[in-house]
Amino acid sequence: MKKIEAIIKPFKLEEVKDALGEIGIEGMTVSEVKGFGRQKGHTEIYRGSEYTVDFLPKIKIEVVLSDNRLDQAVATIVKAAKTGKIGDGKVFVSSVDEAVRIRTEEKGESAV
Amino acid sequence: MKNTILYMSLSLALNLSPLAALAQNAATNAAPAAPTPKLEDRVTDLEAYVTNGARQTNAPTALASSPGPGHNAWMMASAALVLFMTLPGLALFYGGLVRRKNVLSVLAQCLGIAGLVTILWVVCGYSIAFHSGKPFWGSLEWKFLNGVDSTPNTDYGGWVSHNVFSMYQLMFAIITPALIIGAIAERMKYSAILLFVTLWMFIVYFPLAHMVWGVDGFMNGVFNKDAGIHAIDFAGGTVVHMSSGWSALILCLLLGKRLGFGREPMPPHSMVLCMVGTGMLWVGWYGFNAGSAVAADVVAANAFMTTTIATAVASFVWPMAEWITRGKPSVLGFCSGAVAGLVVITPACGFVTAKGAMVIGVAAGIVPWFFCLKVKSWFGYDDALDTFGVHAVGGTLGAFMTGMLARTSANSNLTNFLGNYVTNRKFQPLVFEQIKAIGLTLCLAVVGTVLIAYIVKATVGLKVAPEVENSGLDLAEHGEEGYHSEGAL
Repeated sequence: MKKIEAIIKPFKLEEVKDALGEIGIEGMTVSEVKGFGRQKGHTEIYRGSEYTVDFLPKIKIEVVLSDNRLDQAVATIVKAAKTGKIGDGKVFVSSVDEAVRIRTEEKGESAV
Repeated sequence: MKNTILYMSLSLALNLSPLAALAQNAATNAAPAAPTPKLEDRVTDLEAYVTNGARQTNAPTALASSPGPGHNAWMMASAALVLFMTLPGLALFYGGLVRRKNVLSVLAQCLGIAGLVTILWVVCGYSIAFHSGKPFWGSLEWKFLNGVDSTPNTDYGGWVSHNVFSMYQLMFAIITPALIIGAIAERMKYSAILLFVTLWMFIVYFPLAHMVWGVDGFMNGVFNKDAGIHAIDFAGGTVVHMSSGWSALILCLLLGKRLGFGREPMPPHSMVLCMVGTGMLWVGWYGFNAGSAVAADVVAANAFMTTTIATAVASFVWPMAEWITRGKPSVLGFCSGAVAGLVVITPACGFVTAKGAMVIGVAAGIVPWFFCLKVKSWFGYDDALDTFGVHAVGGTLGAFMTGMLARTSANSNLTNFLGNYVTNRKFQPLVFEQIKAIGLTLCLAVVGTVLIAYIVKATVGLKVAPEVENSGLDLAEHGEEGYHSEGAL
């Protein structure tokens, strides 16, 4: 089993969710995060004080799936989340040792 | 026969009773009866009520010790409006500008000051500020508001109940120290703030209010023939804004900067709350400015107009200056401009014309803006919410411009004792009296604050501990959080 962690621009969430649904991936965990890469922050000015805000809001999507569906899922996410402009985000893949469905106590690939 | 005996017993009883004794005394000691007012006298008094003039003194009419309902109603409304400026106007204006973890501390400070100052005012503050006595201090005749009832006090407002006038002035006494908390926000102990305010009222506010507005005040140029400084201040440019603004500067210098100031971003946590507070301040300020006429008369009408013009113009000029120099007009710019306009027009509103108000509006949009933008960063002091930049600078500017722009056409009271000073020219002699008043106010505020700050520092300490400052004042000092998010965390 593999885990995909994708950091994407917030307004792309609906598109990525729908695209994953089309290839049969119906479950995911989503969190609001902040971060930066090479995309710079923005400047805010309050009276005489100027602040450069480095951290930008992003969305992190986590999906755990069986090995045979990995490549298609990654390609789908990349295609749906891409704008071509700086700050589009990144996709990370890692291995998962175990998974359990809490309701039925199924283990392994039948749990994801 | 029975009736005769009854009659005789009754007469005997009456004649022996205390009532009889009184009646006989009254008959022999009767004072000459007060003259009966003629119809003319009554009409004269009615005209005086309508025009906010003096009552005739030939014969006391039914209006002799009565307030005039129109003037009284306006002053009650004005008092409510000025309280509204503090609760919640200023509370939200400042509350929105601080960080989330300190929002309640600002509200608690405004609420605490309102209660504390009211107690001081009733016990002796009003008496010290407004009873006659010395040129800089009244007396304790009116302690616990003894003798302050619903009859007008003709020294201050011939047609306004004395108690209403006292309550109106109380609202000024409340908001003045509340302005100071802008400079020391996010790092001063609550106990220190309350102790500071208590001492500050006695050392700075009561004497200053007495000097500027007291019937025998040292700086009451309009109504005190024997004033030492023939200065004018309609609604409190010196008493409220200069005093709080310069005191705020001193206090924030002695208190020190916030942890992380200059390195960490500390943007306002809610510009929405700040703007809501600004609107409330503007509306409430009509009570502050136009109400300072202590009547619903032509002077109040003029003050109402000049307040509107100066504020709206300043509110527009400040963000335009931002647009030109920085590329974007900000909501904080609109809010700051409006407040700056209100501050600068405060001493002038009852004395200048519409044209004068426009000039003041432009100046108010530029000069405080410059101080907040440039001067603050040159000197690097942590005046958290720009109390110095807006109130000290604005108040000083307003006091000076009042000197230049006061015109007898705007307020005929200027001809009572100030004929030699108000010559309806830009650099009239009044300007120099204003400069003297500015100097005296500045000295009193600065020296007073230094003294009080050191006393408070030595007794309860000024600043909260670093851990408290980092986690926020709301939890540590008040045991509450401003906002709770839903969910388990």
